[in-house]
Amino acid sequence: MSKGAAREHRGTTRWTRHILPTYYTLVIMYLCSPIAVMILFGFNDVPGRVNAKWYGFTLKWYRDLFAVRGLTQALITSLELAVLATLIATVIGSFMGLALGRYTFWGVGIMGFIIFLAISSPEIVDGVAQLVWFVKLSSIHIGPLKPFALGFPTILWAHIMFSVSFVAITVRARVAGLDSSLEEAAQDLFATPVQTFMKVTLPTIMPGVMAGALLAFALSIDDFVITNLVSGQTSTFPLWVYASAKAGIPPQVNVMGSLLFFAGVSAAVVSATLPKIAQVRGEKRLDRERRERAAAAA
Amino acid sequence: MAEGSVPSLDEIVKVNTPLLERRKRRLGKRVAPFGLVAPGAFWLAFFFLIPIGYMFVVSLNSGFVTTGFKFTWEWSNYTTGLTTYKTQYLRSLEYASIVTFLALVITYPVAYWIAFYGGKRKSTYLFLILLPFFVSFIIRTIEWTFILADNGIVLGPLKSLGLLPSNFHILATPYAVIGGITYNFLPFTALPLYVALERIDASLIEAGKDLYANKVTTFLKVVWPLSLPGVFAAFLLTFIPAMGDFINAELLGSPGTHMIGNIIMAQFGNTYYPLMSALSFVLMAALLVLATVYARVLGTEDVTAGAAAG
Repeated sequence: MSKGAAREHRGTTRWTRHILPTYYTLVIMYLCSPIAVMILFGFNDVPGRVNAKWYGFTLKWYRDLFAVRGLTQALITSLELAVLATLIATVIGSFMGLALGRYTFWGVGIMGFIIFLAISSPEIVDGVAQLVWFVKLSSIHIGPLKPFALGFPTILWAHIMFSVSFVAITVRARVAGLDSSLEEAAQDLFATPVQTFMKVTLPTIMPGVMAGALLAFALSIDDFVITNLVSGQTSTFPLWVYASAKAGIPPQVNVMGSLLFFAGVSAAVVSATLPKIAQVRGEKRLDRERRERAAAAA
Repeated sequence: MAEGSVPSLDEIVKVNTPLLERRKRRLGKRVAPFGLVAPGAFWLAFFFLIPIGYMFVVSLNSGFVTTGFKFTWEWSNYTTGLTTYKTQYLRSLEYASIVTFLALVITYPVAYWIAFYGGKRKSTYLFLILLPFFVSFIIRTIEWTFILADNGIVLGPLKSLGLLPSNFHILATPYAVIGGITYNFLPFTALPLYVALERIDASLIEAGKDLYANKVTTFLKVVWPLSLPGVFAAFLLTFIPAMGDFINAELLGSPGTHMIGNIIMAQFGNTYYPLMSALSFVLMAALLVLATVYARVLGTEDVTAGAAAG
């Protein structure tokens, strides 16, 4: 190696081994600093509402987690909304992602563009549009039910709307990386379309579906802007927190935020590692079978 | 089938599948995608496209919520909106531009490092960038008010050490608002950049080296041009949403830093829906123009792939 190349090599390693990783760590620290403060302040022995000072360590906010009634109710509403929105959006969005990833049909490009618009449009615009649309439809009723009266149902429709696009693109990304020969094989073996879907298609796209569902849940439980516009009198966790921000949030907000954070991270880690574990197991089984067959042949 | 030749698997299947069955399957293949797409397409049409269209109709209404709104081709909602709130529109444009620039500069090296040197831990490194998504946007912004508070955990010690004058403050300044928005959009900027960089074939960089290009030249002539689609996707996913933000200006800023989103929310508070719709539609029109140009030139894959990676 010439002297110049050696020097250049050393320069490269300095950048990739030290400078860039250090910079990456700094950026992650910046990204996580409010999260760290949130977790820390969940243990802050603050008298009354949270302010910027540290008063000492306590566990009482964990003990009195549900002491603030309005906050607890808002959190329950948020969880209900998130579960329902996730279920519906995951079903609808997965079908859509499957179709977009697998087939070429008239309208594929238009659908792609609409999803793209739905993802990149500012939330405030979506929210304002839905608000005026729901106000227009608010008098529609089916029996005693008013599906478009501002409140829980309109928040749910809105959450499904923004989640569907994300689920669809997540599933589409998964489908696009698979080949369809397994399904064709199933059909050649006279499996009905339903059987093919349940036994072949669904298991293969499952990681994408799970990732989409997680994303939908996270988006729903965090959403503020659209929810705020279409909520009527209903309050959700982020809405309640925002409303109390000017006067100072109760410490329980930090605790609930921390618990949601850990639950979300755990769910994401589990859903990311499960398919890998299954894959390793599957490969081991294949290996074993191959060895057995080889042994039987010999 | 030629006499004596062994029939292929396809031919056996064809012969043995009843004609009707085969026709049904072919029809199914043509109808299936529409059936699968229909519920989602309906949802996006009924709760996204039609509302946007209806918002445009309302933006040309006149009247008040108490007396009812009437469609009167009230273009004055646009002219008053744009003249009265020109400052806030320009401020949104200014803040969003600075935010997008900062976010790109901050995240490009990060995405570059993960894409080329992340190795086996790539997805872990990427996951750490997404950690903020597991905490509500509102809570994160409120925590920044604690971090940046005048006598808080950062400024307090610096002031008591005499490193900063006691009247120094960050909250309620444009710096706090721009910093807050940049913080909130960093992951949205990083993801499409990563997707684009990750796709670059490492052998192209090797080729650059083999041709005696130095690192800077390799970067400028190979990596940067190939990452441009990601840069534009990141721009789109950061700039437009940042234009519409009002939370940071509300919580970290002051009336002097209010953006167009704050004005829209004020009209929402006053239930003056026509002006609110007109102000929002201006943002939507800006997005439509940018997004159409973008999709024409580069396709929609990078934006949606970036979002999917998240």
